[in-house]
Amino acid sequence: MFDRIAALGKTVLDTVAGAGAALIMLVRALIGRPNLRKSWPLLMQQMYSLGVLSLLIIIISGLFIGMVLGLQGYTILVDFGAEQSLGQMVALSLLRELGPVVTALLFAGRAGSALTAEIGLMKATEQLSSLEMMAVDPLRRVVSPRFWAGFYSMPILATIFSAVGIYGGYLVGVQWLGVDDGAFWSVMQSSVEWQEDILNGLIKSIVFAFVVTWIALYKGYNCTPTSVGISRATTSTVVTASLAVLGLDFVLTALMFG
Amino acid sequence: MSDHTVDYLVELQGVDFAHAHGAHPVYRDLNMQVPRGKITAVLGPSGVGKTTLLRLIGGQLKPQQGQITFAGHNIPSLSRSALYQLRTRMSMLFQSGALFSDMSVFDNIAFPLREHSRLSEEIIETVVLMKLEAVGLRGARHLMPSELSGGMARRAALARSIALDPELIMYDEPFAGQDPISMGVIIKLIKSLNESLGLTSIIVTHDVQEVMTIADYVFIMANKTVVGSGTPAELLASSDPLVHQFLHGEADGPVRFHYPAADLSNELLGIQPTGTEAKHV
Repeated sequence: MFDRIAALGKTVLDTVAGAGAALIMLVRALIGRPNLRKSWPLLMQQMYSLGVLSLLIIIISGLFIGMVLGLQGYTILVDFGAEQSLGQMVALSLLRELGPVVTALLFAGRAGSALTAEIGLMKATEQLSSLEMMAVDPLRRVVSPRFWAGFYSMPILATIFSAVGIYGGYLVGVQWLGVDDGAFWSVMQSSVEWQEDILNGLIKSIVFAFVVTWIALYKGYNCTPTSVGISRATTSTVVTASLAVLGLDFVLTALMFG
Repeated sequence: MSDHTVDYLVELQGVDFAHAHGAHPVYRDLNMQVPRGKITAVLGPSGVGKTTLLRLIGGQLKPQQGQITFAGHNIPSLSRSALYQLRTRMSMLFQSGALFSDMSVFDNIAFPLREHSRLSEEIIETVVLMKLEAVGLRGARHLMPSELSGGMARRAALARSIALDPELIMYDEPFAGQDPISMGVIIKLIKSLNESLGLTSIIVTHDVQEVMTIADYVFIMANKTVVGSGTPAELLASSDPLVHQFLHGEADGPVRFHYPAADLSNELLGIQPTGTEAKHV
C-alpha cells in the first residue's frame, strides 16, 4: 500500500522535475544575444531538413485528406440538396482543424522523431560533450536553431496543407462529382472569415509547432545515451507530442469556438 | 608528491563525488596533482570512474566536496561564462573521437577556430593543414568521419583538440580498441605533441604496458581513491599488493574476481541467506 503511494509520489515528482528541466533547457537555448553571422546558416540548414524535406508528405497527405473530405461531404450534403456548400465545408474543416492538427501529427512523426534520434545519437557519440569541452554551448549551437526551424516551418507547412487540401476537395467535388464551379468557390469565399477561421487555425499551428519541437528536442537532449535509450526517446517523442497536440487542440478549440 | 618546487597545472584536493542518481560514491577524498608540461597517466580497472575524473576537471560534473583547480582557478565555483572561457585553454580527446558526423575532416578541425577566433579563412586553412600534417592526415582532409578507420578518426580528433593550442589535453582511453600499429602511432603522437607544443597531458587508460613507456608520472586508482602513485619505475618496484595486481594483470588479488555474492554452496543447496536479502522474501 505504502509502496504504491510512494511510487505515485515518485512519478509525480519525476514528471514535475522533467517539466522543469525541459523549461530550463528551452530558456537556456533561446535566451541570449543572437549572433546572426553564425546562427543564420544553421537556421537555414535546419529549415531545409525540417521544413523543405517534410513538404512531400505534407502535400500528399493534404491532397488525399482534401479529396476524402470532398467525397464524404458531397455524399452527406447531396441528401439535403446542399452540395453547393461543399466548398465551405472542406475549407472550414481544413483551416480550423485538420490543417493544423494533421500537420502537427505528421511533423511529430517525420521531423520530431528525426530530431530526437539525431540529438540522442550526438549525445551517445559524445558530440555534445565535445562541444561543451570546446567551449561551445550545445544548447545554443544544436538545440536553438532546431527549435526555431521547427517553430517557423510548421505554420507554413500547415498553410500549405490546407491549401492543397482545398484543391483536393475541388478536384473531387467539382471536377469529378459535378458540383457547380462558381458556387463551390463563392460559398467558400463568403463563409470563411479571416480572424475566426484563418487566424485561429494559424494560432493553433503556432502552438503545436512550439510544443512538438520542444518535446522532440528535450527527449533527445535528455535521453539515456544507449541504443535502447534512443529508441525509447524517439517513441516517446511521437507518443507524447501526438497526445499533447490532440489535448491542446481540444483546449484551443474550446477557447476559440466554444 | 609534496614537492613545492614543482608547478602543478591541475590539482584535486579532497574531492568527494557521487552521481546524482547513483547510490554509491565514485570518489572519496581524492587528491591528485598534475605537473605542468609532463605526461601524467591515471590507471585503474574499468568502472573505477576514470572518465568521470576528466569530466570533473573539465567542469562537466560538479563534485559534492573538494577543490579542483586548473591554472589557479577553482573549477566547481566558476560561473558558466567563466567556465566556458577557461575551457578554451583545455581540450579533451574522447574515446569515440566524437568528430561531428555532418562535417568533413577539414571542417571538424576548423570548427573550434571558426567558433573562437576571428581568423580569415586563408589563415584557418593554413592552421588546419598544419594540425593535420602533425597527425599525418593532411591527405584525408576531404573525407567524412564515416570514411575513416578507428585509428584515423582518433588522430583527426587529436588534430581538432590541438587546434586552439590548449595548455592541457585530456585523453580518455586513447588506446582502447586500436590495432598495434595505430596504437604505436598514437603513443608516438602523444609523446611528440607533449614535447613540441609544451602541453600538459593527462591520459586515462587501463592499457598499462603502453602508457608506462611514455608517462612521467602515474596514479593508480581503485576503491574510490588513489591507491598508488609515482614514476613508472617506482610503481613497478612497489610491493603494494593492489598496485602489483593491477600492473601485472593478475586475475585475483585485492580486487576480487567475483562480484560480491552469497556463499556458493549455500546458494546451490537452496539455503536462504540470512540478512538483508531475506527481507524481500
